[in-house]
Amino acid sequence: MSWEWGVIWQYLPRLLEGAWLTLELVLVSGLIGIALAIPLALMRASDNYWVKALPFLYIYFFRGTPLLVQIFLVYYGASQFDIIRESILWPVLKEAYWCAIIAFSLNTAAYSAELFRSAIQAIPVGELEAAEAVGMNRSLQIRRIVLPRAFGIALPAYGNEVILMLKGSALASTITLLDLTGAARTISARSYTNMEMYLAAGVIYLAISALIIGLFRFMEYRFNRYQYYNHVDTPKDLDPQLRDPHIDR
Amino acid sequence: MKMRKLFAVAALIAGSLVSAQSATAGDKIRIATEGAYAPFNMVDSNGELIGFDVEIAKALCAEMKADCEIVAQDWDGIIPGLRARKYDAIIASMSITEERLRVVDFSEKYYSNVLAYVTKDGSNIEVTKAGLKGKTVGAQRATIAGQFLEDNLGDVVDVKLYDTQDNAYLDLQAGRLDALLSDKFPAFDWLRTEEGAGYAFTGEDIDINDEIGIAVRKGDALSGKFSTAIKAIVADGTYAKINEKYFPFSIY
Repeated sequence: MSWEWGVIWQYLPRLLEGAWLTLELVLVSGLIGIALAIPLALMRASDNYWVKALPFLYIYFFRGTPLLVQIFLVYYGASQFDIIRESILWPVLKEAYWCAIIAFSLNTAAYSAELFRSAIQAIPVGELEAAEAVGMNRSLQIRRIVLPRAFGIALPAYGNEVILMLKGSALASTITLLDLTGAARTISARSYTNMEMYLAAGVIYLAISALIIGLFRFMEYRFNRYQYYNHVDTPKDLDPQLRDPHIDR
Repeated sequence: MKMRKLFAVAALIAGSLVSAQSATAGDKIRIATEGAYAPFNMVDSNGELIGFDVEIAKALCAEMKADCEIVAQDWDGIIPGLRARKYDAIIASMSITEERLRVVDFSEKYYSNVLAYVTKDGSNIEVTKAGLKGKTVGAQRATIAGQFLEDNLGDVVDVKLYDTQDNAYLDLQAGRLDALLSDKFPAFDWLRTEEGAGYAFTGEDIDINDEIGIAVRKGDALSGKFSTAIKAIVADGTYAKINEKYFPFSIY
């Protein structure tokens, strides 16, 4: 089988355009997903059966069905109904771009909600008791203690979810979008250089993943700094009487 | 690696011996088709591949007295699959193009194709470059129609490419597409269905000198055998019989 490096350079601009759309899809649906996931997670962590029933069903549906099915339902499924085609939603649902955003957001919201739920429940009870002891009411507790702590706890797992979403976004190519995968497929469809194009696309996906991994490492370091061991040298001019004989010898 | 080559050579010699022994003895030929391109190739309710391409494939195999197996393969990967020896020939309404000829060989044509635009009845879209300006036009990815759109109208219309022809029809019905550019014969078939009611061909047919052939690997002698068999079934009337089951006019 012949191998043509040239086509990769020739079509690189189109692949990069696709990569940009991929990034956009992941970023926009990621942000919408978080916005949906936070209230869902709070409801899901509730003790009241009626409050947690709805998020439970939502999460069950979106985790229990393939993303491809969800995309097809939003894009090809919804458009089958006259009611939807004549509604005010149609200008949005008509666009493949927004259908992809909707499907990805709903999907990632379900996974993220479950992540945040477990993070909320992982917050040490003592911290909540302390908050109560100093007289914080429930909403202040959520704002000052529950959400910031849950964010830190969920961060590593959430980074994982973002990377899964990046790869899931390749399904946008099935609804006519020219994301990175869509661009690679369209180009190889006419140049018959599938191996070259998919290799190039794979490398670009790896680069984007590296970017996401780096970003999350940085955030983990910032927000979970207390988990990192920082050695601090004892100042040389410290009063000898303050020295701890067990540490500094 | 060496072992492999040895085996390959051994197989070649064995193969030529067998065919030298009896030219009529059946060799197993694996043929790929897509299965999503009605009425040429599609899957019936039992999961069997049917359609014009499939019947032609069977008629050709009968003519060549060959033992054939027909398999379904997604359009996107149909040429790579041939080159990877997953099967030996593609009978899937594939146009003979310069670009494809770089990577595969073709038999002579077994039918000729023209392109046509499909639009909603009464949409009054003029299917010229000026008339289509700013419109959304769809076609199947990796087809002559798709390439025609990209090459001739890519700068003025929003071209949407679909994985299957069926998905393109769905979006035409949904109103996401102003027009669909398609091979004429499958669209002719779709327009006769319930879903296709309310849609019609618009404008002149686009004759892009498009001949449909059987793709085989480069240098494979099968292309010649298929060409001879095509001429034989056209001459003895088998072809016409299959043709009239699908279209009221000759498509050869």
